[in-house]
Amino acid sequence: MTIGLGHYLSVAAILFTLGIFGIFLNRKNVIVILMSIELILLAVNINMVAFSTHLGDLVGQVFALLILTVAAAEAAIGLAILVVFFRNRGSIAVEDVNLMKG
Amino acid sequence: MNQALQFPALQALYPEILLVVGAMALLMLGVFRGDRSTGAVNGFAVLLLVAAGILVCLQDGTASAFHGSFVSDPFARFLKVVALIGSAVTIVLATEFLSAPHRQRYEFAILIMLATAGMMVLISATDLIALYLGLELMSLSLYVIAALDRDSLRSTEAGLKYFVLGALSSGMLLYGSSLVYGFTGTVEFAGIAKAAQNGGLGLTFGLVFLFAGLCFKVSAVPFHMWTPDVYEGAPTPVTAFFASAPKVAAMSVFVRASMTAFPGIAEQWQQIIVFVSIASMVLGGFAGIGQTNIKRLMAYSSIGNMGYALIGLAAGSPDGVQSVLIYVSLYVAMTLGMFACIIAMRRADGPVEKIADLAGLARTKPAMAFFLAMLLFSLAGVPPLAGFFGKFYVFLAAMKAGLYTLAILGVLASVVAAYYYLAIVKIMYFDEPATPFEPMRGELKTVLAVSGLFVLLFFVYPAPLVEAAAAAAKSLF
Repeated sequence: MTIGLGHYLSVAAILFTLGIFGIFLNRKNVIVILMSIELILLAVNINMVAFSTHLGDLVGQVFALLILTVAAAEAAIGLAILVVFFRNRGSIAVEDVNLMKG
Repeated sequence: MNQALQFPALQALYPEILLVVGAMALLMLGVFRGDRSTGAVNGFAVLLLVAAGILVCLQDGTASAFHGSFVSDPFARFLKVVALIGSAVTIVLATEFLSAPHRQRYEFAILIMLATAGMMVLISATDLIALYLGLELMSLSLYVIAALDRDSLRSTEAGLKYFVLGALSSGMLLYGSSLVYGFTGTVEFAGIAKAAQNGGLGLTFGLVFLFAGLCFKVSAVPFHMWTPDVYEGAPTPVTAFFASAPKVAAMSVFVRASMTAFPGIAEQWQQIIVFVSIASMVLGGFAGIGQTNIKRLMAYSSIGNMGYALIGLAAGSPDGVQSVLIYVSLYVAMTLGMFACIIAMRRADGPVEKIADLAGLARTKPAMAFFLAMLLFSLAGVPPLAGFFGKFYVFLAAMKAGLYTLAILGVLASVVAAYYYLAIVKIMYFDEPATPFEPMRGELKTVLAVSGLFVLLFFVYPAPLVEAAAAAAKSLF
């Protein structure tokens, strides 16, 4: 069996779905949400690189590099916000992020 | 060989360069002088935003940079000016908030400038990479600004919620971008338009994910759930910012992407936009009714208003785009005035934000009550105020495009929403006065008066805005 574009796309789609479910089904810890977000972005990167190789076009890989960079910045900001939240709340459990109901 | 050594033509992005370099310089000032420099940083930031606005106005024609991934056309310039006005006025509105000793944060103005630079990139983006980078520069700054009041649990919680849901929406937008790239072979809007003529399942999937991400940024139903919490939790000047400039930028990229990248499969995205628009208008109308917190009410109001703006996009015609541009500019003008009033709602023991606190305002502060009532009438769409014209143009565009159901549902939803706007007017004019507010500060008075007079007198001379919007809309087709 040769591994083609479809396989890469399937892996990416599975990872993406896992990331989405990780955000919504997780009732424990905000850190898990941050990890799920990374999972989503990495799924997109797999997609980008797979398409880029398939199309013989470098733009997809350039896009993937930019996504990696932005993902790092996003994780840094997410953790910083989480730290100030923890200082005020004393907990990072998801059910404690509940001051405002919506 | 020689070409690689040439300095790239960057004239198109001088305003953005000015903002980013200015923000870096002000950051240095802040770092070296500490929080004492807050006032100076705020002043310089407003000046730089105004200067960037002047630079935007000085450009003309259509210029592009970075191999066509960034374009400065009349459409971009119109929206950039609106976004810059929104950002500059927000910094002015925040003066009082930032003057409290424990809240002297010079970072506020710098983050606003960086977010504005992101918005300008977003407004000018003509490929998916520029779109993503502009969106992230804007969003990352906004997450931090939401959590600006870092000793307040509500503010940090708002920041956290905004971050998690914002990152999720960026992820969806990116997944959509990757599918669009894969199935069209290019990231440029023009190239996508060429390749997307025949449609296809993969492309439709990509389109849906991309639009889901954008819907989140304009806070349209079903991706609106972050809006009320973030609006309520964030400090009021920050909420004023969230409700004005970023909405303009997100709406503009929504319009540009739909019109220039996916014109070939218009009937597919039109269905999505029609659904999202109806859902936003209806939810904005009904969910606002039970609210007691005025910031939460403004959140539902902004959800509803984005629904109306999307009507113009659903029409998909030059008229439609023109009406979106008119709608968002008027919306920004009304929102900034509303928030000048909300920031002025403070008693001796601190700010209050219950609607009931406005009781009897007409007797304690007649001028503020009058302007606030005018803004509320305008938001409700009562003629001859500005808000009526905004709604008039979007409904007209929808009728011309044959979207009668959408227009009728829009009118009905605006009647429902009028209930809660008028309920506030009733509380201000007919209820027993509550404890009066502290005197309003000069800058708030100015913003409120300018916004109120604009809303009141727009019908006298609407031509400049309407014509500029028409010229801007033409540049997309």
